[in-house]
Amino acid sequence: MEVRDLVIRYGDLVAVDGVSFTAAVGEVTVVLGPNGAGKTSTVEHLEGYRRASSGRVRVLGLDPVADHRRLTRRVGVMLQSGGIPTAIRPLELLRQYAGFFPHPLDPEHLLDRVRLTQRARTPFRRLSGGEQQRLSLALALVGRPEVVFLDEPTSGVDLDGRDAVRTIVAELRADGVAVVLTTHDLDEAERTADHVVILDRGRVVADGPPEQLMRDAAGEDLLFRAPAGLDRDDLARVVGAPVEEVSPGEYRVGAAPDPATVAAVTAWLAEHDLPLGDLRAGRQRLDDVFRRLTAGEPSSGAASAATGRRANRARRRRGAAG
Amino acid sequence: MRPFLSQVRTELALTSRQGEQLLVSLGIPLLVLVFFSTVDVLPTGTDDPVDFLAPAVLALAVMSTAMVSLGIGTGFERHYGVLKRLGAAPLGRGRWVAAKVTTVLAVEVVQWVVLVAVAVALGWSPPATGWAAAVLGALLGTAAFAGLGLLMAGTLPGLATLAAANGLYLVLLLTGGMVVPLSELPGPVAAVSKALPAAPLAAVTTGALTAGGSVPPWAWISLTAWAVLAPLAAVLTFRWE
Repeated sequence: MEVRDLVIRYGDLVAVDGVSFTAAVGEVTVVLGPNGAGKTSTVEHLEGYRRASSGRVRVLGLDPVADHRRLTRRVGVMLQSGGIPTAIRPLELLRQYAGFFPHPLDPEHLLDRVRLTQRARTPFRRLSGGEQQRLSLALALVGRPEVVFLDEPTSGVDLDGRDAVRTIVAELRADGVAVVLTTHDLDEAERTADHVVILDRGRVVADGPPEQLMRDAAGEDLLFRAPAGLDRDDLARVVGAPVEEVSPGEYRVGAAPDPATVAAVTAWLAEHDLPLGDLRAGRQRLDDVFRRLTAGEPSSGAASAATGRRANRARRRRGAAG
Repeated sequence: MRPFLSQVRTELALTSRQGEQLLVSLGIPLLVLVFFSTVDVLPTGTDDPVDFLAPAVLALAVMSTAMVSLGIGTGFERHYGVLKRLGAAPLGRGRWVAAKVTTVLAVEVVQWVVLVAVAVALGWSPPATGWAAAVLGALLGTAAFAGLGLLMAGTLPGLATLAAANGLYLVLLLTGGMVVPLSELPGPVAAVSKALPAAPLAAVTTGALTAGGSVPPWAWISLTAWAVLAPLAAVLTFRWE
């Protein structure tokens, strides 16, 4: 699957602004980003729902909008929310969709895979949030797809449910399915991704395997947690490097994470009788990479999300929805 | 064929589980038929009120199912993203529409069987020669009212569809010659009603299924126009999300 220079506009708002990435078969590609970053717009274009303003996109070699009908047999979709009648029963729903495909999975076996056998005859509206998400995931798999799009599959899912989702994603990957998953859950991305694409305000700000992103962005610094509002100037003088408070209580020291720097920081904290939490030198977590890449203008993200929703409503009124 | 059958099976299962839809599609026509046939207070213009009411509620049943049940059901499916999700499956719009139409027709057959049986028990004896025209009218009426129902479902929010479909149902029930004959309505109201889809459908069923009755030409013209224009408007304006 290949996305090149994808642009999606809603009226004056540019939701996706020149996004390019590829997703390979047998790999889990995680599209990560804050709310309003353009994740869902991008995925909904790949699913054939949204028209692109420009760009060239190929899913299994086909155009997702123009060749939508041909792709529906080969692509599995899990919507971010909704899509299932409230009165339908899980087994009934899977049988319905199984009937649409030439070689579907066995609905009862599939229900067992998402651990819903006990709830086979419970109306959808009486399932818990996690059970509803798992059923929605099962629905994406029933036609034995070659590409699966999962939009926020773990939002509102409890820990057991997350494990079930992860297990299934791992199985799909092992079966050679291309999985494209959006999330704003960094932990989820770090655990499941072979390939991470980080979006922010409609642009790709990072693209690569998670280890590589963490290595690239590791840089020459040291991260630690301590009470908020430390005297950074004093610490910077002692360590001999700039100190930044990344978020309240989270600090970055702009010096090579060698033992001397670590010792200087811990000694300074000890001297001031301050607790130290979560000291990290060298390898960072995806969390840090993400936060650094999407930092700045925090309010504009929220504003563009709101504009996006307004534009959505305006677009619905005009009836241009795909 | 298999995707179509799978969709029909689901539509029928969900329809049979919706209590309020069954109330509208069967409960209200039955109530009107039984109550006003036994309590003779309506100016039906016939010796026995069942002779007017039986064919009139057959028209009412078509309006209930094709417009109200279909419109509200589809409106909520759109609201809940059910149509969006189906759009990502290899069902296709054509088979989806065919499944909806099949479901509506299946419900209508059940309604007509029940209503005719009850009406006959109440003493109704329609002329056998009128059924062909009545069924043709019902098919045209189904197209017209399904078009209206989907027009609302495809353009209004779910709850607005619920309100609009029920409101329109009540107005057309009262002014469409389905409970009170058109001849009893004030002239201008009757004239407007003839241009709406309910009165022509009722005129077809009552005209065809009343001994010595006949269907006025305006009814066929008006009903056919609605049967073409309403589905066309629905197709042109329907939004899946």
